[in-house]
Amino acid sequence: MIDRDRNGAKRRSASEWREPKRGAGGDRRGAAAPSANIEIERYELRRQPTYRFEVERRQFMKIFAAVGGGLLVASVPDAGAQQESGGGGATQAAARDVSAWIHVDEAGRVTGYTGKTEIGQNIRTSLAQAIADELRVPLTAVSLTMADTDLVPFDQGTFGSQSTPRMAPVLARAAAAAREMLIDRAAASWGVDRAGLTCSDGRVTGGSRSAAYGDLVKARKLAGIVPAETPVGAPAAWRTRGAAAQKVDGRSFVTGRHRYTPDVTRPGMMHGRIIRSEGYTGTLASFDDAAARALPGVVVVRDGDFAGIVAPTDRLARKAAAAIRAEWRIPENLPSSSTIYDHLKKTGTSSGGGRGSAPFATGDVAAARAAAARTFDVSYRIPYIAHVPLEPRCAVAEWTDGKLTVWTGTQRPFGVRSELAAAFRLPEDRVRVIVPDTGSAYGGKHTGEYAVEAARLAKAAGRPVKLVWTRKEEFSYGYFRPAGVIDVKAGVDAGGRLTSWEFDNWNSGGSAIRTPYEVPSQRIQFHPSDSPLRQGSYRGLAATANHYAREMHMDAIARALGADAVEYRLRHLEDARMRAVLTAVAQKAGWPKPAAAGRALGIACGTEKGSYIATAAEVSRTADGFKVERLVAAFECGAIVNPDGLRNQVEGSVVQGLGGALFEHVEFGGGAIVNGTMARYRVPRFKDMPALDVLLLDRKDLPSAGAGETPIVCVAPAIGSAVRAFGAVASELPVRLA
Amino acid sequence: MATFSLRLNGRTHRVEGEPDDSLLAVLRYDLDLTGSKFGCGEGHCGACTVLVDNQAVRACVTRLGAVAGASITTIEGLAPGDRLHPVQEAFLEAEAFQCGYCTPGMVMATVGLLRTTPSPSDQDIAKLMDRNVCRCGTYSRIVKAIRLAAARMKNSDSVTPQAVRR
Repeated sequence: MIDRDRNGAKRRSASEWREPKRGAGGDRRGAAAPSANIEIERYELRRQPTYRFEVERRQFMKIFAAVGGGLLVASVPDAGAQQESGGGGATQAAARDVSAWIHVDEAGRVTGYTGKTEIGQNIRTSLAQAIADELRVPLTAVSLTMADTDLVPFDQGTFGSQSTPRMAPVLARAAAAAREMLIDRAAASWGVDRAGLTCSDGRVTGGSRSAAYGDLVKARKLAGIVPAETPVGAPAAWRTRGAAAQKVDGRSFVTGRHRYTPDVTRPGMMHGRIIRSEGYTGTLASFDDAAARALPGVVVVRDGDFAGIVAPTDRLARKAAAAIRAEWRIPENLPSSSTIYDHLKKTGTSSGGGRGSAPFATGDVAAARAAAARTFDVSYRIPYIAHVPLEPRCAVAEWTDGKLTVWTGTQRPFGVRSELAAAFRLPEDRVRVIVPDTGSAYGGKHTGEYAVEAARLAKAAGRPVKLVWTRKEEFSYGYFRPAGVIDVKAGVDAGGRLTSWEFDNWNSGGSAIRTPYEVPSQRIQFHPSDSPLRQGSYRGLAATANHYAREMHMDAIARALGADAVEYRLRHLEDARMRAVLTAVAQKAGWPKPAAAGRALGIACGTEKGSYIATAAEVSRTADGFKVERLVAAFECGAIVNPDGLRNQVEGSVVQGLGGALFEHVEFGGGAIVNGTMARYRVPRFKDMPALDVLLLDRKDLPSAGAGETPIVCVAPAIGSAVRAFGAVASELPVRLA
Repeated sequence: MATFSLRLNGRTHRVEGEPDDSLLAVLRYDLDLTGSKFGCGEGHCGACTVLVDNQAVRACVTRLGAVAGASITTIEGLAPGDRLHPVQEAFLEAEAFQCGYCTPGMVMATVGLLRTTPSPSDQDIAKLMDRNVCRCGTYSRIVKAIRLAAARMKNSDSVTPQAVRR
């Protein structure tokens, strides 16, 4: 993406981006130095700040947030297991040495503090389960303070399915350490050997003596850090974890009482609107705000290409925004959704930096290809798609005595804090970001431009300001899952066994780009390209695109060879976990026989982020195409923490995958999004729901992996391969008969 | 600006507004009733669903001028005090949500659905709930919640849904 900031400097495109030198301080304003651990397609983390404002420097001022009495345990990660740094979080080094803490107050109430955000994935419940289990308290005694940068330790963000594999063990260890400290104190005050003491139901007990946790720390504070050797319970010993737990804030959802960011109000709060072009790009050519300024109490803000209004009421804000006469200069000859694939290939480079981008090669592809009995070459096309979180991007900003507080729905509270600090030239301890549990994100809320916009308006107005993006702004000014072109070339020997595999992905990304199938000669490469639309993380990243191309290709080869699609895959699979999910799903789906005449089955399997998925689709023929009648998914992510919560995540991920498989695609041209409304951009609805079976394979012997993302990746190829029973299927998404 | 009288959740409210104001903006900004959510502003996501004279409507595309004199129920007025309506209860039991943003609208749409169609078929649900989106994809759980609520409300003695204590 090449566009210009207000100083006329070219922003670097993803393909131009270079890995910064390790240890380099970096340009704070750039605030965009992701570590090599961040997948390359998280383009939004590398983007330059959207706005730069002229704000005077402020003096540094420390703000200390104090936790009251009781017991406080901090978790300090091992040197080798430091949290990754996200873009915009690069200036956080000092705060990184604590990753979570747990507090037990004098009434025995337990609070876990974590920088993770609750966005519907239900970690508020599952992380509380981990604490309750290790601390031996009922789940109802535990609450979590999440994602308030003044109250919780630094965290890189909630993405990449990392909360369960990383944050849950951290909190579990902190809880276990707290339990051991409480035992120590009881042993000391009773003058007994700690070996005879046990914890249960919030009490330490030994012989005839027993004390509640709160009483043990009453009037005598206790603080410590988690010792490296703190023992935590193995999954086989879990009690609260491993059992279904109701979502802790469910009641506030069904009553409408939960206040999401758009529901936050502040005393004296005003309402903001940003003035934008009709499309997704453009520079301001003319601006007439006379009519808007004439409205009572309306403030108009111009700062470079930033233009916005603030009004005392939402009603006046709408009027004022409509009263602005602005003209925009739109660049000519921009790519459109019909020319995008040529554009991506034409601008593609051999490799950029970041995980998943290094070319992979093994064996001798040229020789294997020359010796192949048959070859199969197809180019697959993947469109941009939108996250469409139901809660639009929104922020409420308030300046008090030079300190900025912003409530906003984001997956990266500390990253947004850095963006705000950079935009307003503030030290980070003068900025507080508070994230109310958010109306979903799916990877789309990693950046803080709406927080910056609200803060800029609030600064001009001298009052708190709420900014809620319209649905149109969501479609035009958020970022998308990258479009891509994937060329797959495969060769098989006379026995049908795969001998060569070439896989080139332009622009969509490197996640799950490697094949899990055993092929002696391989060449696999990701090619970053110039993206005309702003692009970034999306649930599962490019794993969905790469699985679509790979699994559709495997299916096509099996069909051409007259082989069974399950047997053909198993012939090339050594990974026992992958074989297990594939076998389980085939059996549950009744493979290879569909449930009714005129229907067809398709299947796909894959792995990403440490978990395994196989999906089967049953489709029927309709007058204008096909209908998905049933989806069966088998999922394995190690030891299961919250079975019902996990099932909910897997179902939701599969349903979201249905959208990308069947109809979601962003149409654009002339610098504007063509289908950027809820009416025109179709997402899955009740009528689209097939029967849905989810099989969860519990592996208590394996560490828990995250589950929110991976179940999405095999929906499209399962459907696409099923539809092949009715005719040739176009090698693109959404799935359609050619 | 003119004064509009709204019959809302059993009480009468006076609102200074304009006939073209959306009911949703009036609820959220003038009356601080934030249970009805803003999702799209086009009437196509259902997060703002409320009942107007017992019928589920999208508040974001309902004009203030069109509802003066009508009886409006929002999620806040569905059940008295700390009680839950059977539909709310069913959503809670079926854990028919993830992020919860669509939930108030889903609950209100379900109440509207069950008032006209007390024993909905799968087709009825797909058709009558079509303007409500759950982007987290919890549809199968919502269907389960609708069935649960329908069964309970049918078994209850009163004709109108009765609030139950949880």
